[in-house]
Amino acid sequence: MALNRDYIGRVYPGARVYEVGREKIREFAEAIGDTNPAYTDPDAANALGHPDVIAPPTFATVITLQAGGQAVFDPELGLDYSLVVHGEQTYVHHRPIRPGDRLSTSVTISDIRDAGRNEVMVLTMELTNDGEKVCTAVNTIVSRGTAGG
Amino acid sequence: MAAIVKYADVEVGTTLPEQTFMIQRGDLIRYAGASGDFNIIHWNERVATAVGLPNVIAHGMFTMAEAARVVTDWAGDPGAVEEYTVRFSKPISVPDDDKGAELVVEAQVAEKLDDNRVSVTIEARVAGEKVLTGARAIVRLR
Repeated sequence: MALNRDYIGRVYPGARVYEVGREKIREFAEAIGDTNPAYTDPDAANALGHPDVIAPPTFATVITLQAGGQAVFDPELGLDYSLVVHGEQTYVHHRPIRPGDRLSTSVTISDIRDAGRNEVMVLTMELTNDGEKVCTAVNTIVSRGTAGG
Repeated sequence: MAAIVKYADVEVGTTLPEQTFMIQRGDLIRYAGASGDFNIIHWNERVATAVGLPNVIAHGMFTMAEAARVVTDWAGDPGAVEEYTVRFSKPISVPDDDKGAELVVEAQVAEKLDDNRVSVTIEARVAGEKVLTGARAIVRLR
């Protein structure tokens, strides 16, 4: 089934606020095998000019996975998750994510288009901390074999 | 930690130290837990093969995270990565053995930009085949 093109431009503002914890950053860094002390040692992070430890460049996936679910699992959109593969991912970091950030995420369906037999949906997510832009994540997912034709 | 790389010391074509990452089933389980991505194709071979995949496949975001380490280890400061983008061109099949999949990541400086920033292109391969395409990071050096 093709995706509902009326949903291009739809905004989902309702993701719950995600509070970043230093142990979560440590857990994520360990899971990717990254021993950079900037993720775990405040003194090392300070030496690099950061006020506290920082999160790895792809940490925002923890937050966007939850937030994007609002769109991905919206029954009116018509996406079958078993047909979905991740096509592209972009992060723009306005500043590194840090412990104590309380990140609000707005999710916008910025595009839905055919790509051969597949459809491509682009989700643009803005992560803000008390109004300050922290990270923009652009998540392109592919819905295999659902192009309307 | 690596020394902090200076913009003045970098030229177009400067290569970053190549790294090799072994990806085993246990790494995917651990990443699933840390990231919250419990998609069954990343840990259940029976289901993965039933939906037409060659085997359990690595999370694309795990591959993206590993590839970033070539850039962050080089730059010294992971906070220097201002933009990071990849296309997932081929899933990484992770066999149930003691070796796993071998991910080889190379990168080089493609362009020097303003404000001490550089554009770095990244190539990631498993068994000689590209698993990421168009992978690029914008890094602000000192």
